[in-house]
Amino acid sequence: MSILVIAEHDNAGLRPATLNTLAAAAKIGGDITVLVAGSGCAGAAAAAAAVPGVAKVLSADAAHLAHPTAEDLAAVTLAAAAGHSHVLAPAGSFGKNFMPRVAATLDVAQVSDIVEVVSADTFVRPIYAGNALATVQSADPVKVVTVRATAFDPVAATGGSAPVEALAAPAASLLSAFVSQELSTSARPELGNARVVVTGGRALGSAEAYASVLEPLADRLGAALGASRAAVDSGYAPNDAQVGQTGKIVAPDLYIAIGVSGAIQHLAGMKDSKVIVAINKDPEAAIFQVADYGLVGDLFELVPALVKELG
Amino acid sequence: MKILVPVKRVIDYNVKIRVAADGSGVETANVKMSMNPFDEIAVEEAVRLKEAGVATEVVVVSAGVAGCVDTLRTAMALGADRAIHVNTDAELQPLAVAKLLKAVAGREQPQLVICGKQAIDDDANQTGQMLAALLGWGQAAFASKVSVADGRASVTREIDGGLETVSVALPAVITTDLRLNEPRFASLPNIMKAKKKPLDTVTPDELGVDVTPRLKTLKVAEPPKRQAGVKVASVAELVAKLRDEAKVLR
Repeated sequence: MSILVIAEHDNAGLRPATLNTLAAAAKIGGDITVLVAGSGCAGAAAAAAAVPGVAKVLSADAAHLAHPTAEDLAAVTLAAAAGHSHVLAPAGSFGKNFMPRVAATLDVAQVSDIVEVVSADTFVRPIYAGNALATVQSADPVKVVTVRATAFDPVAATGGSAPVEALAAPAASLLSAFVSQELSTSARPELGNARVVVTGGRALGSAEAYASVLEPLADRLGAALGASRAAVDSGYAPNDAQVGQTGKIVAPDLYIAIGVSGAIQHLAGMKDSKVIVAINKDPEAAIFQVADYGLVGDLFELVPALVKELG
Repeated sequence: MKILVPVKRVIDYNVKIRVAADGSGVETANVKMSMNPFDEIAVEEAVRLKEAGVATEVVVVSAGVAGCVDTLRTAMALGADRAIHVNTDAELQPLAVAKLLKAVAGREQPQLVICGKQAIDDDANQTGQMLAALLGWGQAAFASKVSVADGRASVTREIDGGLETVSVALPAVITTDLRLNEPRFASLPNIMKAKKKPLDTVTPDELGVDVTPRLKTLKVAEPPKRQAGVKVASVAELVAKLRDEAKVLR
C-alpha cells in the first residue's frame, strides 16, 4: 500500500492537523508520501521530511499555489496521486474544500471525517452529528479519505529525514481566483488544537460580556475561546469560534462550557474532550450530562471567582 | 440566469436519532422528516437572487424516495419556481447524487448551482464539490456572502481561522454555510400556491446514471456514552478537583 497525505501548512511549516493525519496514515500502513503544495513552501516541505515514517515528500512550489483554489489543489493532488492506494487530508476547511473534487475526478467515493482506521479499506466515521458511528468499507481502487484530527494522536514532528522531490504543479485553473482573506488575529492558541478551550453560550448576553467574562479566564489558562451557535448567531463571537456539528470539532484536555445549554449539535463538537467543566445556572441543562464537573450558579459571579481562585 | 438548487430530505434537525437495534442504520420509521437546513439556506439565497433581479428562475431538485416530493413542495413554498424529483428507492451516496445532479444540470443548463454544504444525516460535505468537479466548473464552498455580477460570483467563504473571498466564473457551484442568510418561513398562501407549481419526475435510469453505492456500511453503532460527572458546590472545590483529581491545571 502506498499512501499520499496532503499536508495542510502555512508554507513555513506544517499545520498541526497534518501530524494527526499522518498518524491515521501510519495506522493504515504502507509507504507514506507527503504532498506539500504551496508557494515558497520549502520550510513546510522540510518540516514534512523531518516527520519519522514519511518515505518521501513531494513539493509543488508555484506562485499560483500561494492561496490555492479548490480547483488547483485538486489538480496538483491528482498529479501526485497516481500509483497511490490512499489519498488522505485533514478534515478541516482545507481538506473538505478540495478532496471531494479529487474523489469525483477519480470516480471513487470519499470517506469523510474518519475517527478510526479498522483496516486498509474499512473506517469508522460519525454520522448524525456524532450521535451514531458508521463503519464503512470502500471497494474503490483508491481510497480518498479525510481525517478528523482530534481522533488521532499526532505523530512526532522530528527525527526523520525523507528526501524532498519537486513536483511540477499543473497550470493554474482560471475557474476561480483568490481575492482576499481576513484571518482572526489573536495571541491565543488555535481553537482546533488548544490544550484548553473556554466556550461561551447565549447566557453571556452580549459581545461585551463574552469578552469581559471569558477573556480573563482564557488568559489565565492559556485557552482558546469558543462559542456555541447561539452565541455566534447573537453576534457575541466570530463565526469561526463556533464549536459543533457544523463548526469546529475540538478535543482539548480541558473544556470549560460557560452558559452553554448543550444542544446535541454543540455536544457533537466537544464531547471527546478529556475533561469537561460546565457552569450554568440551570441545573437541568443538557451540558451537565456530559460534564465531569458541573457548577450550578450565576456565571457572572462564578467565572470571576474562578479566575481569582486559580490565582 | 437560471439557478439550480438541490435539496435533501433528512431526519428533522430537532429529532434525537436512534440507532437501529440490529446495527443496520438509524431508525427512520415514524420519524419527522424535513429539508436539510443547509439546503433551506441555499433555496433562500437563490430566491433572494431572483428577487434582486439577478436570477430569472429557481429550479429545485431532490433525489430519493417518494417523500422527497414534500421537500420539493416546501422549497417551492419558499419561492422556487419548479421542481424535479429524481425518483428512486436506492441508497444514494454523495458521488451518485453528484452524477444525478450533473445529468440534471446538463438538461437544465443553470448558470449557478447552490447546494447546502453538508447534509445533517451523513455529514459527508462532498456533493457540491463533487458536482463542480464532474461539470468541470469552479466552486466556492462554505459561503457566508454571495454577490453575482458580470458573469462571476464573489463569494466570502468561512475557513478555519477566518474568512476568505474568492471570485468564481459562472457557471459555478456554491455551497452554503450557516450564516449566509436566515431562511424565511413559508406563508400559507405560498404553501397553497406551491401545490400548483410544476414538478417533473425522472429516474436515475432515464438520466443514464448508475447509482450503485461505493461504500458498504458494515454497521452503525451508538457512540460510547460519556458518563455525567459530579456537581461541585463551589469554585474552590472545582479548582481542587481540576488540580488534584483531573490533573489538568498547570
